[in-house]
Amino acid sequence: MFGYYFDLALRSLARNKVLTALMVLAIALGIGASMTTLTVLHVLSGDPLPGRSGTLYYPQIDPQDSRGYLPGKSKPMDQVTWIDGMNLLQAKRADRQALMTGGDVAVQPGNSTLDPFYEDARYTTADFFTMFGVPFQYGHAWGAAEDEAHERVAVISSRLNDKLFGGGDSTGKALRLDGTDFRIVGVTGDWSPNPNFYDLNRKSYDENEGVFVPLSTSQDVGMVHDGSVDCWGNGGGGNTPDHNAPCVWLQFWVQLDSPAKAAAYKTFLVHYSEQQKALGRFQRPPNVELRNVMQWLDYNQVVPDDVRLQTWLALGFLLVCLVNTVGLMLAKFLRRASELGVRRALGASKKALFAQLLVESGVVGLVGGMGGLLLAFIGLWLVRRQPASYAALAHLDPAMLFTTFLLALGASLLAGLLPAWRACQVAPALQLKSN
Amino acid sequence: MKLHPMIAALRKHKAGVVLIALQIALTLAIVCNAIFIIGQRIDRVNRPTGLDESNLFLVTQQWVGAPSADTPDGVAKLDAMQKEDLVALRNLPGVASVAPINSLPLLNSSWNGAVSLKPDAKFSDTGNNVRTTYYFTDDQAMSTLGVKLAAGRWFNAGDVQNQGFRDNPPRPIVIVTKALADKLFPKGDAVGKPIYVDGSSAPSTIVGVVTRLQVPSTGSWVNGFTWNATLVPTRLDAGFARYAVRTKPGQLEAAMKAAAPTLYKVNPLRVLDDDSVKSYADIRAEAYRADVGMAILMGVICLVLLSVTAAGIVGLTSFWVGQRHRQIGVRRALGARKVDILHYFQLENLLIAGSGAVIGIVMAIGLNLWLMRLYQMDRLPVVYTLIGVAAVLVLGQCAVFVPARRASNVPPVTATRAA
Repeated sequence: MFGYYFDLALRSLARNKVLTALMVLAIALGIGASMTTLTVLHVLSGDPLPGRSGTLYYPQIDPQDSRGYLPGKSKPMDQVTWIDGMNLLQAKRADRQALMTGGDVAVQPGNSTLDPFYEDARYTTADFFTMFGVPFQYGHAWGAAEDEAHERVAVISSRLNDKLFGGGDSTGKALRLDGTDFRIVGVTGDWSPNPNFYDLNRKSYDENEGVFVPLSTSQDVGMVHDGSVDCWGNGGGGNTPDHNAPCVWLQFWVQLDSPAKAAAYKTFLVHYSEQQKALGRFQRPPNVELRNVMQWLDYNQVVPDDVRLQTWLALGFLLVCLVNTVGLMLAKFLRRASELGVRRALGASKKALFAQLLVESGVVGLVGGMGGLLLAFIGLWLVRRQPASYAALAHLDPAMLFTTFLLALGASLLAGLLPAWRACQVAPALQLKSN
Repeated sequence: MKLHPMIAALRKHKAGVVLIALQIALTLAIVCNAIFIIGQRIDRVNRPTGLDESNLFLVTQQWVGAPSADTPDGVAKLDAMQKEDLVALRNLPGVASVAPINSLPLLNSSWNGAVSLKPDAKFSDTGNNVRTTYYFTDDQAMSTLGVKLAAGRWFNAGDVQNQGFRDNPPRPIVIVTKALADKLFPKGDAVGKPIYVDGSSAPSTIVGVVTRLQVPSTGSWVNGFTWNATLVPTRLDAGFARYAVRTKPGQLEAAMKAAAPTLYKVNPLRVLDDDSVKSYADIRAEAYRADVGMAILMGVICLVLLSVTAAGIVGLTSFWVGQRHRQIGVRRALGARKVDILHYFQLENLLIAGSGAVIGIVMAIGLNLWLMRLYQMDRLPVVYTLIGVAAVLVLGQCAVFVPARRASNVPPVTATRAA
């Protein structure tokens, strides 16, 4: 039966090519626009570390002075001070923990064919690599001992390794950063979490550091900090605050393998805040938060507002296209009242007519979906040519490909429901008589 | 022509009428808001920074192995290096003036704080503080940036100090923008008055007021203080420095090309990459790229949306014309002129589009209120809704014209034939 309906649908669609083309085009445009923006949204709101992100937490505490404090309303700070970061790091209450911040270093290549250049850097303690599951192409991460000893060791990204050493094993070689020699101990493999969750003060997407050095060493060498600095009281300005200054500029991440441990850690943060208040360092009552990666991204509204707005706009556009298709389909189906009357008179049930007409709208949806897919590919190609930081990531994955067809088919069937139902209401006798 | 029979006729195909009206309403709601967003983005991109933006470029550079800015000795060395660079750049042919500066409007790299009329004001004490950005620069900045003085004077060479990047010395004199001056001194007598910078206990005297100067950031978080800038006559000494360079007319490209080699000649131990020498036009384009992109996208979607709606009207009206072929023939046979038939369909469309537009206005305002809650949009001005209504009515009339003309060409003889 389906084959017969399908054949009927094709014949009917071929009869009025302009109307068919209009319907297919409307569905294709709506689907194309929606899928382009939904794909961008899907890519941007994805999980940066699938499988790991649930156990990674970002503790927040509130070391600010009591001025302007509104109980229950004031939010804890988004980063930590040097003193708090060091205290929490040394408390070792989590399964793993790392204190880090971002920076800019001047790389002076050994071979003279390359001019010195800046590279984004991360100054961090050793657990960064194990906690975030950073893969290594060559060598390995440094350990707690190197952190402790302020050793001049560095891990570089495979991108930088390609640039400086032609992709060969560079471990053990020297790397001159900001006028100081570092020994390369590892080259990371392909690793680029998107969004760049661990430090949202820098570009959020498609921007990963080329150089990693121990936090302790970076402070000895006086490497430049790059990122947000938030001070209170008489904290003063400056990009790399003094270690005792009332300024937050470091990120602290912990790994907590079970919800019970997370709850216990939150209690620890409250105790820590109380203890610091008793010592006179903190003035506010304990004000802490412990969010995991996805909660942290959500809290920071990492997906740009413009992208959300575009998605809503595209969905609104799809809605108009659907209403348009409903109207055109209604016109098309009603025009065939006499044909349907004949089928009814020959014994077809209303249900059979309904099924026939829905198959026809399904065919429109399928063709429209293919057109939409083509438009989505063009749309995403255009997005990738945009200079936005997330642009390069805009690719259609199989899940979104499947969604496209599902959306197109669902939308066209939905659009076919009302016209098909109306057309089924034809009185066979009346149609036969008028002819 | 009487409306009553027309409405009666429309009742016969309710579904089609409701669909067209609904489509017009949705189109109106989306197009109104989209055009409003486009308008806002264009306003944002077109607001002047207060700089004379032509013939201006910025050099951002970093020394390699520079002395530490935390010791007096290091600061002195860094300052000497910076002065050397300034002299070299000022001596370049085609360069009109050069000033060291920590940032420029639209550069999205800023040093912000708050100024107060009272000493020792805490930053969180918002009642006494006004937020501002700081530009650290020197006596050459007025001609280099092309800013205009509204009152008072510019810095003299003698006013200019230098400091290590992390130091926080007293700032005896400052220049503020008119926006900031008006907020602090509503009577307009800011020149000569003391203010207190970042909760400092030492006063800073306002010596001049500039008409306009934007803050470096373009993010929404600066919305409260976009025009509040404070200029401090100080060279910041750190491992890196920025120099704003104004060239003579027509010399921009040549001077930009010469900048890097000149600086390398002064001191080769530094990093200057592709992004280090940037014309102000590029800085502006980069800052507003997302806004321009959004405006273009909205515009394209609006156009396509209007086309789809127009196509829908053409399709459905054509169907109606086909359906009423015989009736039209009867009317013609009874004496209706071609133009009467044409007007009938045009008026019918106006009726449907008009009712759609009424629903559309309500939807547009609803959509705007919802966007205001979600994305900090402003209230939609009535003008935009009116423009939107006019647009969909005109669109409807244009779309209906072709099928209506076809209807008017139905010969009266059709009445005598079977349908």
